Amino acid sequence: MSIGIVSAAYIAAAVLFILSLGGLSGQESAKRAVWYGIVGMALAVLATYFGPGMGGYVIVLLMVIVGAGIGQYLATRVEMTEMPQLVAALHSFVGLAAVFIGYNAELEMNRIAELVAMAPTSLNATGLEAWLHEQGVQGFAAKVAHKTPVELNILKVEVFLGVFIGAVTFTGSVVAFGKLAGKVTSKAVKLPGGHALNAGAAILSFILLLVYMSNGAGWTLILMSLLAFFIGYHLIMGIGGADMPVVVSMLNSYSGWAASAIGFSLGNDLLIVTGALVGSSGAILSYIMCKAMNRSFVSVILGGFGGATGPQMEVEGEQVAIDVDGVASALEDADSVIIVPGYGMAVAQAQQNVAELTRRLRAKGKEVRFAIHPVAGRLPGHMNVLLAEAKVPYDIVLEMDEINEDFPETDVVIVIGSNDIVNPAAQDDPNSPIAGMPVLEVWKAKQVFVSKRGQGTGYSGIENPLFYKENTRMYYGDAKQSLGELLTRIN
Amino acid sequence: MKIGTPTEVSAGENRVAMTPDSALQLQKLGYDCLIQSGAGQKAGFADKLYEDAGVTVVATAEALWAQSDIIAKVRIPTLAELDYLTPEKTLITFFNPGGNAEGLEKAKETGANVIAMEMVPRISRAQKMDALSSMANIAGYRAVIEAGNNFGRFFTGQVTAAGKVPPAKVLVVGAGVAGLAAIGTATSLGAITYAFDVRPEVAEQVESMGAEFVYLDFEEEQQDGSATGGYASVSSPEFREAQLKKFRELAPEMDIVITTALIPNREAPKLWLKDMIAEMKPGSVIVDLAAEKGGNAEGTVMDERVVTDNGVIIIGYTDFPSRMATQSSTLYATNIRHMMTDLTPEKDGQINHNMEDDVIRGATVAHQGEITFPPPPPKVQAIAAKPKEKIKELTPEEKRAKEVAAFKAQTKNQAILLGVGTALVLLVGAYAPESFMSHFIVFALACFIGFQVIWNVSHSLHTPLMAVTNAISGIIILGALLQVGSGSWLVVLLSAISILIATINIVGGFMVTRRMLAMFQKS
Repeated sequence: MSIGIVSAAYIAAAVLFILSLGGLSGQESAKRAVWYGIVGMALAVLATYFGPGMGGYVIVLLMVIVGAGIGQYLATRVEMTEMPQLVAALHSFVGLAAVFIGYNAELEMNRIAELVAMAPTSLNATGLEAWLHEQGVQGFAAKVAHKTPVELNILKVEVFLGVFIGAVTFTGSVVAFGKLAGKVTSKAVKLPGGHALNAGAAILSFILLLVYMSNGAGWTLILMSLLAFFIGYHLIMGIGGADMPVVVSMLNSYSGWAASAIGFSLGNDLLIVTGALVGSSGAILSYIMCKAMNRSFVSVILGGFGGATGPQMEVEGEQVAIDVDGVASALEDADSVIIVPGYGMAVAQAQQNVAELTRRLRAKGKEVRFAIHPVAGRLPGHMNVLLAEAKVPYDIVLEMDEINEDFPETDVVIVIGSNDIVNPAAQDDPNSPIAGMPVLEVWKAKQVFVSKRGQGTGYSGIENPLFYKENTRMYYGDAKQSLGELLTRIN
Repeated sequence: MKIGTPTEVSAGENRVAMTPDSALQLQKLGYDCLIQSGAGQKAGFADKLYEDAGVTVVATAEALWAQSDIIAKVRIPTLAELDYLTPEKTLITFFNPGGNAEGLEKAKETGANVIAMEMVPRISRAQKMDALSSMANIAGYRAVIEAGNNFGRFFTGQVTAAGKVPPAKVLVVGAGVAGLAAIGTATSLGAITYAFDVRPEVAEQVESMGAEFVYLDFEEEQQDGSATGGYASVSSPEFREAQLKKFRELAPEMDIVITTALIPNREAPKLWLKDMIAEMKPGSVIVDLAAEKGGNAEGTVMDERVVTDNGVIIIGYTDFPSRMATQSSTLYATNIRHMMTDLTPEKDGQINHNMEDDVIRGATVAHQGEITFPPPPPKVQAIAAKPKEKIKELTPEEKRAKEVAAFKAQTKNQAILLGVGTALVLLVGAYAPESFMSHFIVFALACFIGFQVIWNVSHSLHTPLMAVTNAISGIIILGALLQVGSGSWLVVLLSAISILIATINIVGGFMVTRRMLAMFQKS
């Protein structure tokens, strides 16, 4: 296959990837869009495989078969509540691959430099190329051999950058995976020195870049990777569980930029394009999540909530509990119901019960809808996927802006395992740490039931005045169990 | 302890402060209940019903006052009734402390604790014992029913085979609890209802009940209704003029006028004057709920039905709640029961007169030989909507100017951004070789397309989006593929690993996306 055909395949693949992302604007078109992505990927891989400058066919085939097997196993086995972990784990793979490919680029550069030095000096440019080809230099290595010194310098920066981003993505994603899977504490943990450590490591990496540029020593690359590994680890360790939607989208973005940087070093436009698409997608997702929490990106990355600017409003009244019969009879009387799920629903694996409740209430002719806050759960859109898995139709699952106006006309709101996203203090109390964060205005409904494991504050550690409101009743207990009991009362 | 309810002594009072239902609830609080024989008769609760509910029926008032520790009644107690009190007793009743100095003195002398139901502060927590509101609700409803009784036509408009009937037009003055209840009743009977109140912030409530709010062409800083305990405040002479002018305009059209403007312990403002009544059609009805304080309409006679020379009927009854004694007794008894719940935090049948509690303190007018009226202002202000920040109506020119300014600012921002961007790219271009620049163009365009495309992705598909981007970031496999043919074993090893994990990424990402998307179903 000639280089022209390969390029054509790359163009087609790039277009297909763009179409694939664009298709995600609607649920139905998305089903087609995935196929665009798959075809695009197949085209790109096949074109490269059969294209010029390839070698090691057997190894590639073997690796692809094994990798595909593992991938398929993971994809079919994963629980929908475990999606955040899976996504984080997959990010780490991209990061690690970027690191390895960066190393390879460095190794190849050195090998070619040695070869060129060994080549007979009598050869002209074409002669040298032929000679190198005889030495078995092909593919990427052949490209390196063509480069001018300036281009080689740029290549070095690109390699360095690719390895750096890849390494940060790798450890960052591994830590995020650990936190999401509950294997690492989800609390924000920082080493003494805090962000000064990260800054120090970053500065040191920059110095190493200068050293690497001047003498091209391979050890600088290794040392820098270690520093970058540390930055990724420490950065994500310092971010708490509820900020994970931002973190995961941020890592998504990084993995894209890493691919892009590698694309630059290998001079491969398809890698650049795809990396840029992924990178900007992750960046936009992070931006949306930050906006939904009314926090700046920097404050999320630096971890923890900003300190309160004054005394917080005192919460008056008491939390009034209610039993299953009370909730059941209120639901019997209600015409319109809105359910607000949060991470607690995912933790308790209560989505099937929620869906069953929805089905029964809808069968009685009641209007049941879901209100999803952008940062509910641990992954952007996490709740939608969980509800979809439980076969809740997506047209009754609405986002905050679509449904916030409807709360005053709603009879019953059921809050399941969410806290900060329904906290009226965000609007009423200018001193609250979450002041200004857009929240679901559930308290405007006629009656609110909060399914919660016990009294206590949410992730941000803020009292929630909602729980003390006159129209709020607390339905204590594990969400799955309490909803199961509720189902026995409603048929 | 024992709670007793005597028969009301004032003539024409049909209500009773304890019902069989409320007695059951009071017993749950640990109290024993007593009732004077025949107390509930006029409200439709026979002695038998009370006995069935476990209430002891006592023959005489004297015996009842003597046996009870807590006495709950409706009407303002007479001096003779207050004579029964002793220091340990608690009396819960309407008391009108503001206009009943004699009664307060008497209560102080006896040393008993007196809780006046009209003094319950108007805060959210105390709504369940706000007897004034529950009585006003009944008065508002009954006012419309009385009006209908005296009005010779339908409320609702009809087109029948026998001719067309126009709908009645009802004006409700004062949109307090009674006013809103009247509005609700009148609209549900089918009348075209208008309502007026000096507090423009209630317009929303009026409209929510289905009436049209009558606005005045008058600008004045309104006092926040919540500062005066939820009552309308007295308005300036200019405001009054504007108000009367509006009423004069409306008078000829209105069939029924219900006035509810009352301010505690003050003469009722005259709002519906002689000339307005003269303008009204014969057969029209005015129901004056403020008759007790002299009436809002000129010509109202307390407790009487008057017909003017031009055939307008003015109703000045003051006993609307008593006219619906079953309903009003039920509500009042429930208010009393809630008051007792607050007075008995331990549910042990022992009264705990906690003067630290805002509600109890506010309602108590005499406590252990002291007059405790008027109460200090409550710590919690009545909850009213924050005054809406007035958004100034912009003239079309101003709007236009604003749009132009916004557009200019936007253009400026974009120009600066593009300028800086171009300068940066030029800077890179000045130093970087051509081969880098060609890739750089591709990179910049791809970022741009990415931003354009991703904004359109639906929120609910963010998780699939992440999975897809995950899968396609597996494109990094190409890098490894290009390197795997190298001569160095280390390079081959590293690329092989990279190919392996990138494939996991690609296959895993795409498959999980497909799985997720297949789950999204429309109903």
